[in-house]
Amino acid sequence: MATVYQLPFEKDIYEAEASLARLEAAAGGDGSDGTASEEVRRIRRELAALKRRIFSQLTPWQTVLVARHPDRPQFLDYVEMIFDEFVELHGDRAFGDDRALRTGLAHLDDHKVMLMGHHKGRNLAERTECFYGCAHPEGYRKAITKMKLAAKYGLPIICLIDTPGAFPGIGAEERGQANLIAYNLLEMSRIPTPIICVVIGEGGSGGALGIGVGNRVGILEFAYYSVISPEGCAGILWKTATDETKSRAAEALKMTAKDLQRLSVVDDVIPEPLGGSHRQPREMAVTLKRHLLRQLRELRGISSDELVRQRYAKFRKMGMFQ
Amino acid sequence: MAKRGVPEGLFLKCPSCKTTLFRKDMEEMLHVCPKCEHHFYIPARERIRHLLDTDSFEEWATDLRSLDPLEFFDRKPYSERLRDEQQRTGLPEAAVIGKGFIRGRPVVLGITDFGFMAGSMGSVVGEKLTLAVEGATRHGLPLIIVSGSGGGARMQEGILSLMQMAKVSAALAQYDLAGGLFISVLTHPTMGGAAASFATLGDLILAEPKAMIGFAGRRTIKATVRLELPEDFQTSEFLLQHGFIDRIVRRADLRTELARLIDYCEKK
Ligand SMILES: [Zn+2]
Repeated sequence: MATVYQLPFEKDIYEAEASLARLEAAAGGDGSDGTASEEVRRIRRELAALKRRIFSQLTPWQTVLVARHPDRPQFLDYVEMIFDEFVELHGDRAFGDDRALRTGLAHLDDHKVMLMGHHKGRNLAERTECFYGCAHPEGYRKAITKMKLAAKYGLPIICLIDTPGAFPGIGAEERGQANLIAYNLLEMSRIPTPIICVVIGEGGSGGALGIGVGNRVGILEFAYYSVISPEGCAGILWKTATDETKSRAAEALKMTAKDLQRLSVVDDVIPEPLGGSHRQPREMAVTLKRHLLRQLRELRGISSDELVRQRYAKFRKMGMFQ
Repeated sequence: MAKRGVPEGLFLKCPSCKTTLFRKDMEEMLHVCPKCEHHFYIPARERIRHLLDTDSFEEWATDLRSLDPLEFFDRKPYSERLRDEQQRTGLPEAAVIGKGFIRGRPVVLGITDFGFMAGSMGSVVGEKLTLAVEGATRHGLPLIIVSGSGGGARMQEGILSLMQMAKVSAALAQYDLAGGLFISVLTHPTMGGAAASFATLGDLILAEPKAMIGFAGRRTIKATVRLELPEDFQTSEFLLQHGFIDRIVRRADLRTELARLIDYCEKK
């Protein structure tokens, strides 16, 4: 069996699962024929309760660790599990094909959509190619080019956000990282078709917002969205990023789904399967698909002008002051 | 020595050419080193005096104050930090906006002041800049934003600061549709969330010489790519060379330059 990536606070869950597996093996089956012993049923109940307890009490830092879990479904996983077809479009028309941000035409049941999102990579080769989900200026240029194409043909746009942040590098600066993100914010705000955004993992600062100006912005239960990474914040405030300072930073930044909803930054929190989506990717995909379909139905009848007006009003209200 | 802004004292040393300067001489030169033309930090109020016709500035939204929605606490609570910055700078927040005249031409002017929490953008800065854009749209006036934002988005207001980037940019999109002229003036430093929103969205983008302008901080980039960075990396000159700004303008020439550009873009 392949080694499973375990988070420290998942230890009890894995232990309970191991003892359950041992008991079931001893009984010669998983008892699905109704012969499960009282003991097996008890452990199963306890296991479910354990998962519920651990995952309902995650600290913000633990949530970040779940959001970064290597087995958490990524953009291309959702493409396979949710959409009927994905016709990838590679060209930014200026510099190159950014593998950290994918764009293309897709079918979601009866809906034709423009689909895009960050992809972090599921193995070392992919991760290297994708810079761990950190897009360059050409990625943002490609994204807005495809959004404008979608606008021309009235296609709704779906953006799945999952990035630690836009790439901080020499080439990225030379090619105008700041300018390209800024341009996307401006242009997205006036795209005349529905834009539905969901933070599926990491919502890292400007790199996330660069495809995040939607009519609806949702977030998965254990994803996060923040102005700065907990590491970056800890480094600034306490000079070193230790587990302790990263925890304090994650807490201070109010970056979890619940906090974001309270601050009116996200519209919907999409529940994850018991124990997180890395344990049940298919179940997560079903829930996400249902969410996207509902959003598409709700936004379908709205006129272009009204979509732009609503999106403007939504972001115009952001912030708290007196 | 004050941490940011201009340190107190009769003399100061130019960080660029190391000459010891009379503070008064430097200030009379619009806070520019008379020897090497190093452009020092200049507070928002003085910038207004330099750019606008005498007493023509009518300030807007002076009553907006930041809250502490995250109850953010680092070495001191955010609310206390705000009070300290207000006392030190005499400004209520890092942005000043309003209407004024440049050699008789009416404009809306916004400034982010590096002296106030590094000019970082929280809810109030975002709101003020948005009000400036909306005001310029309503009155059909040219808009000038002079950025000095080293901090980018203000960490102490978390995600709400990030959202200000989208808010101001969306307002600029509407201003653009209305045919408004936006001249963005970048000063040292314009980084992160400021650079990745309003500051780089000008129809015309000017920069003072040798300002630091960019998305990611040098330290972050160095830690990521593990390479030496080019000497002029993220300077005005570097951006000009790579096609991201239109002109580098010395502070002494800025007023004339703005007036001239406004005249070129005037609609007849
Ligand atoms: Zn000098």
